[in-house]
Amino acid sequence: MTPTSTARSLPGSGEERRHLIVAIVNNKPGVLNRVASLMRARNFNIESLAVSVTERSDTSRMTLTIVGDEVHVEQAAKQLYKLIDVLKVQDVTDESIVEHEFALIKVRATKRTRPEIVSVAEMHRSKVVDLGDEAVIVEAVGEPAEIDTLVELLREFGIKELVRTGSVVMSRGSGSIEEQVKR
Amino acid sequence: MTQAGHVPGAGTPAASAAERARRDMLRDARVTARDGVRPRIGADALCEAILLQGSDTIWGYPGGVILPLYDVLVDHPELRHILVRHEQAASHAADGYARASGNVGVCLGTSGPGATNLVTGIGTAMLDSVPVVVITGNVPNALIGKDAFQEIDITGITLPMTKHNYLVRSADEIPHVIAEAFHLARSGRPGPVHVDITKDALMGETKATHPSTAEIESGLPGYKPKLDGHPRQIKLLAEAIAGAKRPVILAGHGVLIAGAERELLELARTAHIPITWTLLGIGVIDETDPLAYGYMGMHGWKHVNRAIQSADLLIGIGMRFDDRVTGNVRTYAPKAKIVHIDIDPAEIGKNVVADLPIVGDAKHVLDALLPLVTKVDPATRADYFAELAAWRTESEGSSWHGSGGFRDGVLSADFVVDRIAAGSNFDANLTADVGQNQMWVARYGGFRRANSHLSSGGLGTMGFALPAAMGAAVAVPEKVSWAIAGDGGFQMTLQELATIVQERIPVKIALMDNKKLGMIRQWQEIVYGGNYHSEQLAGPDYLKLCEAYGLPAWKVSKPEEVDAAVAAALAADGPALIWFEIAERQNVYPMMPAGKGLSDLIDKWGDDGEDVTEGATGPRVDPMDPTSGGAK
Repeated sequence: MTPTSTARSLPGSGEERRHLIVAIVNNKPGVLNRVASLMRARNFNIESLAVSVTERSDTSRMTLTIVGDEVHVEQAAKQLYKLIDVLKVQDVTDESIVEHEFALIKVRATKRTRPEIVSVAEMHRSKVVDLGDEAVIVEAVGEPAEIDTLVELLREFGIKELVRTGSVVMSRGSGSIEEQVKR
Repeated sequence: MTQAGHVPGAGTPAASAAERARRDMLRDARVTARDGVRPRIGADALCEAILLQGSDTIWGYPGGVILPLYDVLVDHPELRHILVRHEQAASHAADGYARASGNVGVCLGTSGPGATNLVTGIGTAMLDSVPVVVITGNVPNALIGKDAFQEIDITGITLPMTKHNYLVRSADEIPHVIAEAFHLARSGRPGPVHVDITKDALMGETKATHPSTAEIESGLPGYKPKLDGHPRQIKLLAEAIAGAKRPVILAGHGVLIAGAERELLELARTAHIPITWTLLGIGVIDETDPLAYGYMGMHGWKHVNRAIQSADLLIGIGMRFDDRVTGNVRTYAPKAKIVHIDIDPAEIGKNVVADLPIVGDAKHVLDALLPLVTKVDPATRADYFAELAAWRTESEGSSWHGSGGFRDGVLSADFVVDRIAAGSNFDANLTADVGQNQMWVARYGGFRRANSHLSSGGLGTMGFALPAAMGAAVAVPEKVSWAIAGDGGFQMTLQELATIVQERIPVKIALMDNKKLGMIRQWQEIVYGGNYHSEQLAGPDYLKLCEAYGLPAWKVSKPEEVDAAVAAALAADGPALIWFEIAERQNVYPMMPAGKGLSDLIDKWGDDGEDVTEGATGPRVDPMDPTSGGAK
């Protein structure tokens, strides 16, 4: 039936956007699999995922980017939190954060284009970490949009290989997600 | 240099270990000398841990890598092991044991196929939040990942369908893991927990001690079920109740899990609110109570769905607004404010938008709510209750059962369910299978107490009734345990007849034989325009079958024979079966077609005033006999 003004609204606005979720999890084998399996089973698409150990060796920190409306993403966070090995989940999208990503970009180079590539890299807070006769590797750190821009500029030289880590985030100020984990 | 054999990486420690493990597998490893003192091994720790958790029954099936456990069972005589005929039945029996008693059920299988056979029962328990601990053996540590005989990545398989799972590789881990598994299975929103234990871990010597509950809890920083609802939300609920003109309580399984039936009744009485229930909520209230209004949803009572559609306040307690309950959400209870109380925060806002969400255990929340609820004089709701009563009279009177259609000489399923319940003084545990029989049990079982109705609601697992009723019979021996199954579901797990005979488990089986997959036939009739396929179901002569298994059995095809057969089955010492040849084309009405709303129920009696049993009285079709014709 066509929705009318009296129809009950369904959960979620349907307005999709990119959300950044931070999860503090037990640093144990299989936890990444639990998280990935849950996201797949519940039909959430992970755009990027970065995992590493935290200040405490018994916990890891995951940063996930998920696209969806607010209810969809809230469901993802709640379902994640149901995993026994997940200690803390927070959607930091609208918080004051530093969001950075790391990328390595292998660019096709010739004697003629090499200085040009180096200068493009330098103009974008990135640096050349390997200089060969036919290719250079540019290392970039920054917000995903900055890296997007750099990649666009380097594309005209020809990109042979590109690897990005996905975003990692940290809230500005003295607050700490890891310290909020109740033990 | 000696030839090390065709072992990859021959000579390395890993290869040597793998080779040793292979030799151990081939040898029928006898872990202990029975005479004299033997060391305590992982399998002993497992038995001790299960007993310490208050469970005394294991439903299981042996196999290669789990044999070390079977080798020590004799030394733990308090633990009863019941040998099933298929591991699926072990998982359903553990589930039925848990549903009927509230204790954690335990089932057991070996690696590989033993473990995969348990999976259907694990999923069933998961979808219905039933506390079950599932134990499987796995190949020795060194063979894991080598595709060894009967090796499968079973923790990978059960991961998405358990509350949590473990792979245990050393005997020392067993006490802690088993205690934690029981704790997780029974606390918060319950569910199945799977523990996969390698053969090395079962056989390894261990001195590991059993942890206290406090030690278990402190070891689970990521697991803190929220029991108490937020006081502000609870106060808002009390206000909402005070302001409501047409409130309806929607009670679900969470009320039974929390043991909050008394608090629920007190709320209903204080604020004078009718109680309706979901499939798994059956038993939250004695159905003869004046405030008990009925079963909701796709095949629920029309009057109940009408009450929900006209409500101004829905109080959902321990239920999840599943699609079988709401139908099309956009047309669901259009005037109602929705209150949603559930222990699982992820249920809130998942299927419907809750106007007032309360995360907490049903008992805790109701305990906090009751002192705040204003007493409502029933007289102020007289008009509301008069309308509800009129709807009820109309809907019950127009059901096949109410209309007396069964008296025309055909055996109608609802009549049979009613007579089974009445013949057992409305005090038996009734376990349904899945399909039409399940809906007839839900509608006509006349339940009067908590946990007396067992049904695979979420997963809808055919074959559930017999093994789950087996579990209920062992868990609650003082109550009669009926398995009410269609001929489809019964034929999926009928191998368990041998189990109930061997173990003398007094399950009374009501086989509702319409020689059809009845719900399939109903959907093909109504939704697929009569394009029948694969709904005709041949079955054996069930009297001969029971005779072969050594089980007393009766065949009933006329209404007037029902009561005597029920009495005879109940009088039989031990298990018994009644073969009811029910009407072949009886449908379950009302019915809400998928995607439609609660106001779109198909209810043929109501619509054209005619009994839709045409065909039900026609010639019986014997699917074994090609000449009898399918009357397509």
